Amino acid sequence: MLIRRPDDVLPSEITPREVYFNRRQWMAGAAGLALTASLPKGLEAAPLSGAKSPFSTDEKKTSREDVTSYNNYYEFGTGKEDPAAKAGSLKTAPWTVKVDGMVGKPAEFAIEDLIKSPALEERIYRMRCVEGWSMVIPWVGFPLADLIKRVEPLGSAKYIAFETAFRPDEMPGLDSIFPVLEWPYVEGLRLDEAMNPLTLLAVGLYGETLPNQNGAPIRLVVPWKYGFKGIKSITRISFVDKQPPTSWNKQAPSEYGFYANVNPNVDHPRWSQATERRIGEGGLFAKRRPTLMFNGYAEQVASLYTGMDLRKLY
Amino acid sequence: MAGRASVQGEKKGFALPQVPKIAVYIVGFIPAVWLFYAGIDDRLGADPMRYLEQALGLWALRFLIATLAITPLRQLFNINLLRYRRALGLLAFYYAALHLTTYLVLDQGLDLAAIVADIVKRPYITIGMATFVILIPLAVTSNNAAIRRMGGQAWAKLHRLVYVAAIGAALHFLLVVKSWPPEPLVYAAIVATLLGYRLVRPMVRKPSPRRRAA
Repeated sequence: MLIRRPDDVLPSEITPREVYFNRRQWMAGAAGLALTASLPKGLEAAPLSGAKSPFSTDEKKTSREDVTSYNNYYEFGTGKEDPAAKAGSLKTAPWTVKVDGMVGKPAEFAIEDLIKSPALEERIYRMRCVEGWSMVIPWVGFPLADLIKRVEPLGSAKYIAFETAFRPDEMPGLDSIFPVLEWPYVEGLRLDEAMNPLTLLAVGLYGETLPNQNGAPIRLVVPWKYGFKGIKSITRISFVDKQPPTSWNKQAPSEYGFYANVNPNVDHPRWSQATERRIGEGGLFAKRRPTLMFNGYAEQVASLYTGMDLRKLY
Repeated sequence: MAGRASVQGEKKGFALPQVPKIAVYIVGFIPAVWLFYAGIDDRLGADPMRYLEQALGLWALRFLIATLAITPLRQLFNINLLRYRRALGLLAFYYAALHLTTYLVLDQGLDLAAIVADIVKRPYITIGMATFVILIPLAVTSNNAAIRRMGGQAWAKLHRLVYVAAIGAALHFLLVVKSWPPEPLVYAAIVATLLGYRLVRPMVRKPSPRRRAA
């Protein structure tokens, strides 16, 4: 089922594609002229606000500059600066998210509808990267559970699989002679993890639409898991009965598990996970801070894993 | 290009303008000075410590590669930079020391337990640390007095450890990154080529009296 635009928008009111892309080019040029260094290339930020959420942390937010300039998004290169420099080429409009598999109402959502239809919230979450750094990020989004309820999953569905866009023309990292991952990037959650109220589909950041380097137009945020679980630029969500493959787990299964829960007691084989560096905190002389179990969200999610050996199911 | 130059320079070797060795040190330290300045000035991006740590390590590897390139350049292209080898080797050591200091002090905050755990448990840290330890005797004996005291042959033998150090440095870089990004692979390939040259050379080249005498 295709979820359509509301009927009150006349075709004549929709900006023609050519005009839209010309405007993007013009804006990219203008942005360059205006020397707005903090505004990444190709970014067309629109205001996007959400209601305050009780799940938000009151910890000091990482600066917008750092959140949007220090990213892992290997489709645009392996350097931390690559996504901000190169993700402008990704065309995030038009964009649809296909939801299929074991659901009663498979659908294809236009991104506009996803941004508009559910009540958006601002969720200020800690984000812990598997590499040992962390940020505090004000996302704008809606619980994944909202979307799940709309498509009515069948009883047989146990997991959700996610897939990122695969567009070599727009994603320079996909053409690299050294493919760092198997593309497209895929991720997955157990259905109960996906239904947890903390699990967010983010469409915004810092009160604006998501910048490309942060996963525009829509990405997953699972704050108690390492950042790589937060798949970016989602194009497809499938409901399945078996644990779906996930990109980093395929690349190095001994280092990146399916669960990838933040756990200071289980080291990554090549580095300790006991501590982390909070980006933007103290500059060159920043001290490490202890990493919290489930990234500080144990109260909300620990029950999902009772009886599981998290050393084995890392 | 270098090949053509070597034809012109034949026997005597391609005559490069000689610069004082101190200039190599001064130029060699520019990256370190700039990095520290930029770090304090908060111009190394969102994670300045990590940037500084990685950049210093990379420069150590680059200088190590430069010392290994001296011999092939001379033998294959008649470009003689032998007089700068000690400076380049010492620069590699100084950068490795700065890289290690950054890790110990800025990264780990001199948390001894964490550092020891890292060295024991994590191969890339073990290898990195071993590589640094190997560089110490090489750096200490990088002076004429040491060569005289040790005797040329023993000294040369000791300094073959630089091959081990180069392998260690390249491995350290390969193992620290996630997945297989291009940069460490490129550096590993350069190291492999420079060391491979030394393996292959005695097999393919007839020993030439001139070179032996040198």
